[in-house]
Formats: sequence, C-alpha cells, structure tokens
Amino acid sequence: MEKFDKLTGIAAPMPLVNIDTDMIIPKVFLKTIKRSGLGVNLFDEMRYDRQGNEMPDFVLNKPQYRDAKILVAGDNFGCGSSREHAPWALLDFGIRCVISTSFADIFFNNCFKNGILPIVLPQEDVDKLMDDASRGANAVVTIDLENQTIQGPDGGEITFEVDAFKKHCLLNGLDDIGLTLDKAAAIDTFEAKAAQDRPWV
Amino acid sequence: MSPKTLYDKIWDAHVAHEADDGTCLLYIDRHLVHEVTSPQAFEGLRMAGRTVRAPDKTIAVPDHNVPTTPDRVNGIDNPESRIQVEALDKNAKDFGIHYYPVNDVRQGIVHIVGPEQGWTLPGMTVVCGDSHTATHGAFGALAHGIGTSEVEHVLATQTLIQKKSKNMKVEITGKLRPGVTAKDITLSVIGRTGTAGGTGYVIEYCGEAIRDLSMEGRMTVCNMAIEGGARAGLIAPDQTTYDYIKGRPHAPKGAQWEAALNWWKTLYSDADAHWDMEITIPGEDIAPVVTWGTSPEDVLPITGKVPSPEDFRGGKVEAAKRSLDYMGLIPGMPLTEIQIDTVFIGSCTNGRIEDLRAAAEILKGKKVKDGMRAMVVPGSGLVRAQAEEEGLADIFREAGFEWRMAGCSMCLAMNPDQLSEGERCASTSNRNFEGRQGYKGRTHLVSPGMAAAAAITGHLTDVREMM
Repeated sequence: MEKFDKLTGIAAPMPLVNIDTDMIIPKVFLKTIKRSGLGVNLFDEMRYDRQGNEMPDFVLNKPQYRDAKILVAGDNFGCGSSREHAPWALLDFGIRCVISTSFADIFFNNCFKNGILPIVLPQEDVDKLMDDASRGANAVVTIDLENQTIQGPDGGEITFEVDAFKKHCLLNGLDDIGLTLDKAAAIDTFEAKAAQDRPWV
Repeated sequence: MSPKTLYDKIWDAHVAHEADDGTCLLYIDRHLVHEVTSPQAFEGLRMAGRTVRAPDKTIAVPDHNVPTTPDRVNGIDNPESRIQVEALDKNAKDFGIHYYPVNDVRQGIVHIVGPEQGWTLPGMTVVCGDSHTATHGAFGALAHGIGTSEVEHVLATQTLIQKKSKNMKVEITGKLRPGVTAKDITLSVIGRTGTAGGTGYVIEYCGEAIRDLSMEGRMTVCNMAIEGGARAGLIAPDQTTYDYIKGRPHAPKGAQWEAALNWWKTLYSDADAHWDMEITIPGEDIAPVVTWGTSPEDVLPITGKVPSPEDFRGGKVEAAKRSLDYMGLIPGMPLTEIQIDTVFIGSCTNGRIEDLRAAAEILKGKKVKDGMRAMVVPGSGLVRAQAEEEGLADIFREAGFEWRMAGCSMCLAMNPDQLSEGERCASTSNRNFEGRQGYKGRTHLVSPGMAAAAAITGHLTDVREMM
C-alpha cells in the first residue's frame, strides 16, 4: 500500500447525499478479477451516456476537475454494498481523499485498506470546502495527515480527527496482514482454547 | 459482572487480541465466500506465499454471476462472469475449502446456503465479502459484510481487525396484522432510521412480533440491517432457532449438540444491559409497504401517495428531486397507480420456501397481467426442489411466471437477468439504487405477497385486497 503523507491537489465538489456504491462503481464492473483499471469506470452511469460518450456536465468530466485528487461529498458517502471496487475505482482515477460529514461503515474501512483517507468533518467545514472546491482550477487543497490539517485555497486551515492506528498504517503504508501475523501466537492460543470451549464450531 | 447485551457477549467471546487503543483481533468462526469479492483476495494470498489458515471454517459458493436458466449446465456465456466463477472453482480446489459448485443441487445464494446447510450457528462470528451477510444475525450470530482486503486478511489469519460498535435496540411490539410480513418490518425500520441511522451500531431486533417470526422471517429482517447503516443485525436464539438448526448437515450432533445448546441458552441481552440507542415500533402500526424512490429509506405504506421534494429537508430535498425524476413519478400520485411491467421474486432477502409459499398463495388460480415479465428465482437448489414437491412451481408456471434456477439473479445486474432502460419492477430484493437492476431500471422493493399481487394487477397493489 502506498504511503499517505501530504496530498496537494484539486478538490472536486459532489454536493449529493447518499452517494451509494452502485453510483461509484456499477456492478457490471465487479466482474474484474484484478484491483486495478477501474478508474475509467468511476461513477460510470453519471459520467458517460449509453453510447460511451462523456457527459460534459458531470463534475469529473469538466476540464478543471479531470485530475482531481480529492472529493468533497454530501452525507453518508459510500452507502450500500461492501464492494471494495468502490475505493479501487477512486484510487485508480487518482482520488486519494474523500471529505464528508459521514461515511458508511464498510466503505470507510475499505478506504484505509487502500491508502485512501476518508475525512469526517462537521457540516460547516464541509460546506466551506464544498464552496472552495467549486472554484475549479483554483480549488487546490492540501491534506496533511501527520498534522491532521486541511489547507484551503485561501490559506484557511481546518483540523480533522482520525483514528490513531489507521493514521499510523496510512503514514507508513503498513500491510494489515503482516501486522496481524506478528500476533500469530495470540491467535494460536485463542484457537486452542475455543476448540475446547466450543468444539462444535 | 456488569450487564451485557448479546452483541457484547459474542464480542467478548471472540477477542483473540486487544491493542491499547481498543482495536481488536476478532476471531472468525465462519468465513463465507462468493466469486465476486474473492478473486483478488486469493490472488493476494498466492503472491505473498500464504495459505488459508482454517479451510474447514471457509465455505464458498458462486451466486452473483451465475445464469438462472437451465442451459447453465453447459457453461456460462458471458466471458467475464465465466472467468470469475472459474476462478472460484480453482481457488476452492487449490486452497481446500468447502465448496458448492454451480451444478451441485445445494448451490444457491450464499446467505441462503449457509443457514440451510447448518453452517450458521448461534453465537458465531460470521463474515463474507457481501453486505447482506447481516442475514446470519437471525441466528444470534455476529455477522457482517467485509471488503476484499478483509477477505484476504480473514483467509490468511482467521481474524478481523475491528473496533467495537455501539448497541442499538429495535423493538417491534405486539402482533403483525394480516398481510404484513417480515419484509414490511425491516423496510419500516429503515424508513424510520434512514440509511445512515444505524451507522456505527449493531442492531438487536426484539419484541413479540420478532419472536413470532419464523427463522426465515428473522433472516429477512436481519438481511436489511445494512441498508439502515448498521454493521450487523442480531436476533437472540430461542426454541424456534434450535428447531431450525437441529439435524442440518453441519449442525452439532449428539453430545456436541447438548454442549452447544447449553452455551446458546446464555446468548441473550441481560435485562439491565446498556443500549446506546433504542427504537420501538408497534407491530400493529406496520402496513404492507413499498419503496418509491432510489434509496431503501424511501418507504411508504401502499395506501400512501408519491411524496413531493417539499416534504423533505436539507440534502434530501435535492436527492428526492433526483429520485422522482429517475423513477418517473409525479408527487401526489397514489402508489397504487404506479404501473409495473416486471416482477422479480427471489434474492437473499426473500428467496426461501416460505417466501415462495406466500407468493403462491396469492397467485393460485390467477394469471399475470398481459405483457408482464415475471420470474421466481428460488434461493438454492434445495429450495427449488422443495417448491416443486409442494406444487408451488406449478402454480408459478400456470400463472405465467418463469421458474428459474438458484442465484442472485435480478437483484443486481451482474448476470443475464436485468431490467432494460425505463422498465419498472416490483422486486423482493433489498436495494433500489439507480441502475441496481439494470441501466436506468426502476425498482420498487416489496414483500413476496405484494410482488405477486402486482404481477396480477399490473400495478403496485395492496396485497390485503387479494387475500
């Protein structure tokens, strides 16, 4: 997993609530057996017409947002399915940070597994950043994970909260499985006892 | 010892390791696997030179991509679908896990097969790379969906890195009225909480109306916990649960059955346990409901009317406008005037034998409306066989329904069963998002009886008028 330290880039605004995982990556694209290559299908049904032509009004199709690295979105982003294809699509497109007032649980966890930082902020901070993001090419935002700050285009700074363990893994690009296998002895011990307590499992 | 909820008890019994910040390694008793969210996980294991830690606790079945027509015995036409299913065939064999391939009569939707085969038991931790894993909570198991990276983690370590959620109690008191079902309960709860109301919580459903439900009804309720944002939904086990489990292929037997039963009887929330949130809904107040919009929270009784954006506040105003436009609905229109051209009865929510019986009850001796496309997709090969034995398949066929093989089918457009643009479906599935059942397809979520009624009349219909 790529480390996440400081991210500076264009923020794209999506002021829609309940953006669900079917919107982010429709199920027809779940047939891949790889993690990569889904960026072109991100928000597919909002981004292209039936013939495959780009819809010019969709935010990520606009020239100023085509290289967006950050998304500012309405409440409950990522609701619906557990499909990790949603963060894979975001990552492959180039987006490494999503900012909202709230996220659905499974999507939120999936982001951290892929080096994407989901940031939860109060409504007024999201409103401000949504406003900043609407400035197009001037919507350059810097996310500093170490210091937990977001710097807007006018120099204003917003602080954010993040789980300490998740932050540590992102900053250092740590692999979950490797970290867990360090605790293999604890798993062995548990398994042995559970096999005695609940042998029917 | 301080009072605990059922969730607390199951959690405490499964913590293999706890870090200083409260992050735990939760041991996983059952890992269910299907073909869509596992290929990258198995590939990850191979690339890292790792193996599956507990193949005996890992159960796989293909369900999302499989066609539901009999010609599937000859193979899957769609190349990408075929590749995914073949990848699961190979992975199951290479890693030595339990597997029900497409042509096995026990194959079906993973959340129907697990309980049917007795894999799901009270007090277990159960995960799967699928959000409707919450279904297994009906047995008093802690069950929830995970992403592919977590699937890989469970395969390699048989644990999940988790922080504990909060406890929510949802109590349904009293009794359901005739024509009202488990599906109406679960949709009504989401209508009340919204799709984010349960985020950060594990829900325990309780109350007389829940106790009165059969295991299949309880599975329907828990199945949609995730649509309300909750990581998992639980119902404490009781005699109904034990009677369902006993004798199933992987249920404990003999002395182990007695030992298991003794432990299962400790699986309930203590009377003075602490709840972070509580909701109560009188069972009598629940009507047969439908969804009108593009979110599972867009729930109304069938007697209602299409809402207007002005009925909502905040971000939902814009969302409602978008939904009404997508769904082609006019505010103020009675829901019973919404014309339906497609009916789908099936899915992990409502694809079990009792669901098929409920639909057959309405359809007996009747015919679907001219031009209606209607299909029944049983949730597993065993459900299919039982439905045929009971004569339900004959009722469906005579009414003009297509009678299919088991799979996820039209719940989501990953297999040939899809809506075309603008088609409008009364569906017993669990999501009505834009494009869920097919590009620009329109979905109204309902119970099996309500779907059957709509198939006959050609519009959303109050099933109570046909009983």
